Amino acid sequence: MKRRMILKAGLAAAATSMMLQAPMALADDPAKIGFVYVSPIGDAGWTYQHDLGRLEMIDNLGDKVTTTFVESVPEGADAERVIREMAASGHDLIFATSFGYMNYVERVAKQFPNVRFMHATGYKGGPNFLNYNARFYEGRYLTGIIAGEMTKSDILGYVAAFPIPEVLQGINAFTLGAQSVNPDIQVRVIWVNSWYDPGKEREAAQALIAQGADVITHHTDSTAVVQAAQDQGAYAVAYHSDMSKYGKDAHLTATTHHWGPYYTEIAERMLEKEGMGESIWGGFKEGFVELAPINPVVPQAVQDKVAEVTEQIREGEFHPFTGPIVGQDGKEVLAAGQTMTDEQLGKMNFYVKGVNSKLPK
Amino acid sequence: MSINLFESILFATIVAGTPLLLVALGELVTEKSGMLNLGAEGLMSVGAVSAFAIALTMDSTVAGLVAGMVAGILLSLVYGFITIHLMANQVATGLAVAIFGVGLSAFLGKPFEAKVLEAVPRTVVPYLSDLPLIGRALFAQQWMVYVSWVLLALIIWFLARTRAGLALKAVGESPVSAHAIGLPVIRIRYFAVMFGGAMAGLGGGFISVFHTPMWTEGMIAGKGWIALALVVFATWRPSRVLLGAYLFGGVMISQLFFQSSEVQIEIPSQFLSALPYLATILVLVLISSNVKMIRMNSPASLGKPFLKENA
Repeated sequence: MKRRMILKAGLAAAATSMMLQAPMALADDPAKIGFVYVSPIGDAGWTYQHDLGRLEMIDNLGDKVTTTFVESVPEGADAERVIREMAASGHDLIFATSFGYMNYVERVAKQFPNVRFMHATGYKGGPNFLNYNARFYEGRYLTGIIAGEMTKSDILGYVAAFPIPEVLQGINAFTLGAQSVNPDIQVRVIWVNSWYDPGKEREAAQALIAQGADVITHHTDSTAVVQAAQDQGAYAVAYHSDMSKYGKDAHLTATTHHWGPYYTEIAERMLEKEGMGESIWGGFKEGFVELAPINPVVPQAVQDKVAEVTEQIREGEFHPFTGPIVGQDGKEVLAAGQTMTDEQLGKMNFYVKGVNSKLPK
Repeated sequence: MSINLFESILFATIVAGTPLLLVALGELVTEKSGMLNLGAEGLMSVGAVSAFAIALTMDSTVAGLVAGMVAGILLSLVYGFITIHLMANQVATGLAVAIFGVGLSAFLGKPFEAKVLEAVPRTVVPYLSDLPLIGRALFAQQWMVYVSWVLLALIIWFLARTRAGLALKAVGESPVSAHAIGLPVIRIRYFAVMFGGAMAGLGGGFISVFHTPMWTEGMIAGKGWIALALVVFATWRPSRVLLGAYLFGGVMISQLFFQSSEVQIEIPSQFLSALPYLATILVLVLISSNVKMIRMNSPASLGKPFLKENA
């Protein structure tokens, strides 16, 4: 008897609280925005930059929004569970910040037509589902110029995660940038088959250095490669974040990512109930990509050259993938004078000449 | 292959093999007492996170390693209490400890994620490091590598030459007989389990403080399981554990060198990444096929609980 009364009271309370909450949600409740991260936020890296973007958005929009985030969500079935839970728990806008979430976002987006889904670095979309990406390869080309000027062995090392187009764009742009100042350059790639495995990233960096690479870069998430370069007396070009504090002598520069203004814009669209807009692929021009301050060991002439090419890229006068581009097998991929279309870039599945490694199929 | 490259591979192999060596030696001593502790992966994880946390906050490598060992001992005591006192199934308890330890380390390590320690410098042994070919690889390592060799020597000596080592082996072969001649079976098994925990914690600490001076969830990445397999691979002999540890270390490292070598080899990198685990399976199959060798060398009471009242 007693137990039943408690149960009834509980139900009643729940019902009233729901009734109280429902109209409030229509009023000036802050919009809930969710972020799904593939790795821990930490002090640097892919996820750290996205979180900086989240914080900048909060700074800009104040108490109009509240945010939640989930770190270290693997790119598997767990991701779908996390994204669905966010959608089901009243989030109005969800940023899924890793390539591997794409199919899960697509599935959940269909089930929650009133929630806006933003997926980073993918290629799918829908009525309530956009993707956004940055032209990281623009920064890669510039850092390639620096690496090509700074190497003495003419061997550059690249620690890479997975052979997807985005990573291949980076490797190829880096190689082309280095070749633009040093035609003899060769780039060696080690695939570690993980976005975030500091132990393996470090071992890979050490293996590259041991085999003659004196400037190394990475397309993985941790600071391990920069640290390894610092310990072994090599140079490193970082990715995602300025990682100079992890290797003040080794760190030449970094291709850095900047999401804050874009996140603010997307959140404002949602608050103003405007349409979704279109998927975006932004580079230097849109402020998505920048270079970290260049280490003073890089000669001024090189820095000036980099600054010049940066401006050309920013103004749209120069595209890193401008022909003639020759593939690893010696066949021409792009004729002289042509530039690669976004579609071609998005499907990139080859190495350019100068990459001395085997592309995993 | 240039001499320089050989040296680099050997150097990296020894670094990669050291945590395996430490953990497998600890497990070997534990198993010699008849206790089968499958929790090495979990023990290493809590060891790694504790060692990193203390090394970072107290700014002391040694304090970090001690913390790693203490953490390993504490978790192994959980295993010991359940299996020795409550006489639960050792396999199931060990697996539970492995899973629990990995989860616990992820929880404890949250505030320390993506922080970094300064790398421990290499200690170059004078004269020896000038030896051709192997000098730099063997004698210009971080000091923990030398400690692992000293521990190996101590364990060989302990098992072969001391009364206590004999008592440990007696307990592992036949706890009932050992009890009958007055050996404190329960106490000896507890010590063996704690020693295994300490070594696993030390191995984890080596990874998070020396090898990759940072903590990340899942950084042990199956090395605990490989260490368990190593004990069987070595047929419970410490000197063979050394061989096996460096062999597996070599397999882990060489795949990275394959990928970045000047001459390209037509093997998919995903396959190369799986190589250490394939090697583990292969070795276990080869050894298990020889039943006599297993029976001759494995402690007779391995995995069986000891009930005092039955003695």
